[in-house]
Amino acid sequence: MIISRETLRIALGNTKFKVGLAIILIFILWAIIGPLLTPFDNMGYYPVKFGERIAPKPSLPSLKPGSIGEIFTPQGVVKVKHYLGTDSFGRDIYAQLVYGLKSSLVIGLIAGGLATLIGLLIGFVAGYKGGWTDEGLMMITNIMLVIPTMALLIIIAAYLPYRGVGIESLIIGLTAWPWTARAVRAQTLSLKRRGFVELAKISGMRESKILLKEILPNMMSYVFMVFILQFGGSILAAVGLDFIGLGPTRGMSLGIMLQQAVLWNAINLGYWWWAIPPGLVIAILITGLYLINTGLDEIFNPRLRRE
Amino acid sequence: MSGIRRYLMRKSMIYALTFVFAVTIDFVIPRLMPGDPIGVLLSRFATLPDVANYLHGYFIEAFGLNKPLWQQYLSFWNAVLHGDLGISIYYYPKPVAQIIKEALPYDLALLLPSIVVSWVVGNWLGAYAGKSKRFDSYLMPVFYFLQASPYFWFAILLAYIFTVKLGLFPISGAYGYGVLPSFSWEFIKDYLHHWILPFLSLFFVQLGGWAIGMRNMIIYEVEADYIRYLESLGASERLLMKHAFKNAMLPQITGLALQLGLIVAGNVTVQVVFSYPGIGYILMQGIMNQDYFLIQGCFLVIILTVLVANFTIDLLYALVDPRIKYAYTEEGA
Repeated sequence: MIISRETLRIALGNTKFKVGLAIILIFILWAIIGPLLTPFDNMGYYPVKFGERIAPKPSLPSLKPGSIGEIFTPQGVVKVKHYLGTDSFGRDIYAQLVYGLKSSLVIGLIAGGLATLIGLLIGFVAGYKGGWTDEGLMMITNIMLVIPTMALLIIIAAYLPYRGVGIESLIIGLTAWPWTARAVRAQTLSLKRRGFVELAKISGMRESKILLKEILPNMMSYVFMVFILQFGGSILAAVGLDFIGLGPTRGMSLGIMLQQAVLWNAINLGYWWWAIPPGLVIAILITGLYLINTGLDEIFNPRLRRE
Repeated sequence: MSGIRRYLMRKSMIYALTFVFAVTIDFVIPRLMPGDPIGVLLSRFATLPDVANYLHGYFIEAFGLNKPLWQQYLSFWNAVLHGDLGISIYYYPKPVAQIIKEALPYDLALLLPSIVVSWVVGNWLGAYAGKSKRFDSYLMPVFYFLQASPYFWFAILLAYIFTVKLGLFPISGAYGYGVLPSFSWEFIKDYLHHWILPFLSLFFVQLGGWAIGMRNMIIYEVEADYIRYLESLGASERLLMKHAFKNAMLPQITGLALQLGLIVAGNVTVQVVFSYPGIGYILMQGIMNQDYFLIQGCFLVIILTVLVANFTIDLLYALVDPRIKYAYTEEGA
């Protein structure tokens, strides 16, 4: 991407972009440092040493945020503070939350990256080649666009007996690309007809060189915005999939936390610290991504700026 | 052939192909994936050997596992076209088609009003935000937050505030235990009482998206040459907004078609939160109990519903945008 000093100046003058970026950076930092601040594992259990073996032990159930929990170990009772309380099984909510955030970010990165890549490739080829290649690729894209991604995800995930974070990212990435392909194709079409591309063609530049040197650099800012949206979309898709019970078969995620909170009546029992924080983290994270996207839109597209 | 008809023909072709693709997916996925679904299914009936035996025969018959693959595929199509979606394991011995038929009205009663009302209100609020800068800076963060919330989490939030804290609405089901579905005032009142929270969950999250879309379109349109020209002629602000609004609305209709899949998925998860007996809740039961026929049936019905909705939106678009008529007559594309 060509980041001139001018672009950078406008970018840092754009409030939406700044706020969004700050939110995302804080969350990324939290996902890295957060797990170090808790003695609990990713499921919210306290690892207790029995000689050579390490066994995960729960704390006291349904504690309010800030309470002191007790874990019974062979070495005696350990007292630990639960920043966000515990769930009905005595598992630490803060630990689940921060590890869940980490896995959400990883899924967003892999699935969003994959979807952007596929969409970019298909849209690029369709737009540049034109003709039958274009017709064929767009037909597939339009079909995939009509099918609700979630329905497709459900039918695939339901038949996989064992699912990990990797598989989940893969199937989300493989189903989320269609709108990107269509948008990238439109961009390619409009760039193809610009003067500098025509000039490159006339001057006898090789096709691969035109693609890489003339068209791609001009699309980088756009591709980055697409990635931001795919990143957020993938996180939301994964949370939804986890929530209806098709998430990773082992481990913890924000969606699984919410699923278990609903399944074990956390709402009726008034355990807001179990049912509310996971979704709040997602909502703020996605808001941050949208703000970055809108901010970038205003930076690259002066007509949208509101002075 | 008239332009509109040609346009609709082209769209219908895509939808027909999509349906073929969906049915094929429904056929291929169970045969492609690792594991033994039939074994898993029958293990539920370990205590009932008669039923297990009958079902084993039924599955061999239904999947036609002893026949060649193309024959299986054809008989699968035959069954789908006759509305035969198999027998549910969880709700044994109810046919999947009947379960879905009973559940679908609950989905439509949530989806249709929430889509229409949020679209109208969202566009109106968005247009207002695009016009008034003060209003814009107050409301935009709210809209962004709404749009970013997972549907089911917003449902949880509403359930916590309105049911647990304020005790205003019931939290589960489509009507109370003591009430039987009928056309009495008592039932309708009870039904609406249960309906309001799932409806609001879907309404608010969608609202954010429409408002943001409309606001951006209005800001974009107001800068356009035709508006500048009108302005220089001394047209009233009301007239300017009317024209800007009309042009900004078209992308919002296209946006509706693109959002449908996400809204339907949102509806599935919201129903899980409120144990609302639509397709979403049924699907969840199917997933939890590995009832594959039920999952596959729900998949097909969801896609069929989205196809019908897409076609309706295309019709609407053709009526609203006169350019469609000309584009499809002149070039014949």
